[in-house]
Amino acid sequence: MSVATTSLADVASSEAALRAFLHGLPGVDRVGADQRAAMLGTRSIKTTAKAQAIDLAISMVDLTTLEGADTAGKVRAMCTKAVHPGGGAPRVAAVCVYPDLVEVAVQALAGTGVKVASVATAFPSGRSSLEVKVSDTALAVAAGADEIDMVIDRGAFLSGRYLKVFEEIVAVKAACGPAHLKVILETGELATYDNVRRASWLAMLAGADFIKTSTGKVAPAATLPVTLIMLEAVRDFRDATGRQVGVKPAGGIRTTKDAIKNLVLVHETAGDDWLSPDWFRLGASSLLNDLLMQRQKLATGRYAGPDYFTLD
Amino acid sequence: MAIFEYAPAPESRDLVDIKASYGLFIDGEFVDGAGAPFKTVNPATEETLAEVATASADDVDRAVRAARKAFGGWSALPGAERAKYLFRIARIIQERARELAVLESLDNGKPIRESRDVDVPLVAAHFFYYAGWADKLEYAGFGTKPLGVAGQVIPWNFPLLMLAWKIAPALACGNTVVLKPAETTPLSALWFADICRQAELPPGVVNIVTGAGETGAAVVGHPEVDKVAFTGSTEVGRIIARAVAGTGKKLTLELGGKAANIVFEDAAIDQAVEGIVNGIFFNQGHVCCAGSRLLVQESVQEELLASLKRRLATLRVGDPLDKNTDVGAINSAEQLAKIRELSAVGESEGAERWSPACELPERGFWFPPTIFTGVAQSHTIARDEIFGPVLSVLTFRTPAEAVEKANNTPYGLSAGIWTEKGSRILWMADKLRAGVVWANTFNKFDPASPFGGYKESGYGREGGLHGLEAYLDV
Repeated sequence: MSVATTSLADVASSEAALRAFLHGLPGVDRVGADQRAAMLGTRSIKTTAKAQAIDLAISMVDLTTLEGADTAGKVRAMCTKAVHPGGGAPRVAAVCVYPDLVEVAVQALAGTGVKVASVATAFPSGRSSLEVKVSDTALAVAAGADEIDMVIDRGAFLSGRYLKVFEEIVAVKAACGPAHLKVILETGELATYDNVRRASWLAMLAGADFIKTSTGKVAPAATLPVTLIMLEAVRDFRDATGRQVGVKPAGGIRTTKDAIKNLVLVHETAGDDWLSPDWFRLGASSLLNDLLMQRQKLATGRYAGPDYFTLD
Repeated sequence: MAIFEYAPAPESRDLVDIKASYGLFIDGEFVDGAGAPFKTVNPATEETLAEVATASADDVDRAVRAARKAFGGWSALPGAERAKYLFRIARIIQERARELAVLESLDNGKPIRESRDVDVPLVAAHFFYYAGWADKLEYAGFGTKPLGVAGQVIPWNFPLLMLAWKIAPALACGNTVVLKPAETTPLSALWFADICRQAELPPGVVNIVTGAGETGAAVVGHPEVDKVAFTGSTEVGRIIARAVAGTGKKLTLELGGKAANIVFEDAAIDQAVEGIVNGIFFNQGHVCCAGSRLLVQESVQEELLASLKRRLATLRVGDPLDKNTDVGAINSAEQLAKIRELSAVGESEGAERWSPACELPERGFWFPPTIFTGVAQSHTIARDEIFGPVLSVLTFRTPAEAVEKANNTPYGLSAGIWTEKGSRILWMADKLRAGVVWANTFNKFDPASPFGGYKESGYGREGGLHGLEAYLDV
């Protein structure tokens, strides 16, 4: 993508300029994008490559619990699992919790290298005032969150008020301070692949450190074609600006096969620069146990029963 | 070690049991041929796969007489009965799909991903499709009277698929068949002969005669053959047209191509890049309808070429049986020599040659994915069919210029249009002199869709309702 860097400075100078820019991005042909993602899904990753991919995937997991019923005890248990997944597997990238539980997670993970991520900005719907969203963010950051997962205002996006979405992201980014900002596009509500590409660029232009597919509360969540389009977006954005942005598919990734397909997408779309927990994450809760099970199967040649893997 | 490197993932070669030698399939039996046997090799390794009989003129005569004898009974069957055999063949092909895919990749050099996901499923689909027509011919509008014995000569690029394109409509209409597969890829046709036996197809309805050009000439020239169908080079097509002229035989020819793949500035660029790759590197570019000329609008040329080069660098070239291989082996030493020669001409005429860094296996016939930029209409590589993984890139400024350049070729088999503007697609499709025009996709095939060329790309249509016409006495 040859977006002149100089032009990007003025992109958000007005609603019209921003709209013109986003609508000027090349379109996405749905049939072609689906076909490409399906083809990459047929890659056969076996033996040493599979072992490598499983450990890489484990190190990229954002172990997540986002339920009204979450308790401090549950979060502590999950943090222990995050650091010691079992069987000598590497630790995961981060745990992801609601703002009020950040403190618990920070204490549990101190000195382990596992990051604490928190959803904020009236997650998952984002239906609140900017003031509330910013203070929600500030709350999580003050409690020690390393990463903030914010949601965009899909209503504003779909009604074409791109500048409102842009300004909200800028404001939340400012409230993040040193914390990294992941911007959740909720692609299941954006309806078209063109919108996914536009929302990706919008978030990156506004300062996102990561773009993330979904909250996990809306179906469909992280589909392969959507992740493909977002990977193309970060690739093109780096070409245009020199700044690298991470990608996080979240929701619906449950099996090792799904995780490996995602890694194949990264490898063959954005490239190996993104194949690290710094630039690619998998938002999931049940995925980790399947990864651990497949990891053990590769090492021992046998599947162990589910009772050999902890439920946290 | 790289961050993420795919380990070899080879499909099992043990799925096919290849004997040391094969005979001809005549009148339901495998028999010896009178000519000197020839060897068929695996182009990826140069290993000999099997020795195959050469059919002499006498052998061809026996095959045609067997087909003639079988014609009476076969054509007299009710369409629904013929359909039963075709449905049965289609189901056996599906059941033996893995075996056929491995065999096709071994003999042809194409990646298993393509033989498994494209060739074999389309072969089965073709038989299913024409099985459905067998008892509905009176609604097709070409009458219900078959022609008799069809002599069919097919190429090496899609050995089993071209067989299906030829045999399925012929049998559905009540004809019997003598088919000659290409001399570098005879095996899957012989496997098909075995499938005919498995399906208990009456003897003589399908006969397979192997051999080179002389055998093909004997099939085409046999006086008892009522219909000739050929897919292959324009050069051989001309010879056949001359041989058939004045004999009363019906003829369809599906010949070469030099398709333009036209990318407008408003195209979905990422998908266009995929379409360009699929257009020219699918099946190593051994595709008559390959998008071998990329016509790109000047305003997006730089951006598109950068994306295309980046994408080419991810193509995985190598062992055709590896499930992760994208580009396999060139089918024969002869074809490799031709590709090398034409590429050298491209360079000497001043076009700029580029290939991604890619390691090619030491043995076998290999050619890296290659693009030529700075190509003009007058360059040989923009005119001649290369039939290999070589793309010529040209530019245009206006839609009218795109049409003019696309049509400025003696061929007219296919074309591709990439734009988000629907009205432009229709405008272009109307003006392009090509039998198939794809919009925002390329190399898509379906048994229900007719296929065939304008100008020196041949005449007659295969596939779909139109494909029936070639096998009925209209």
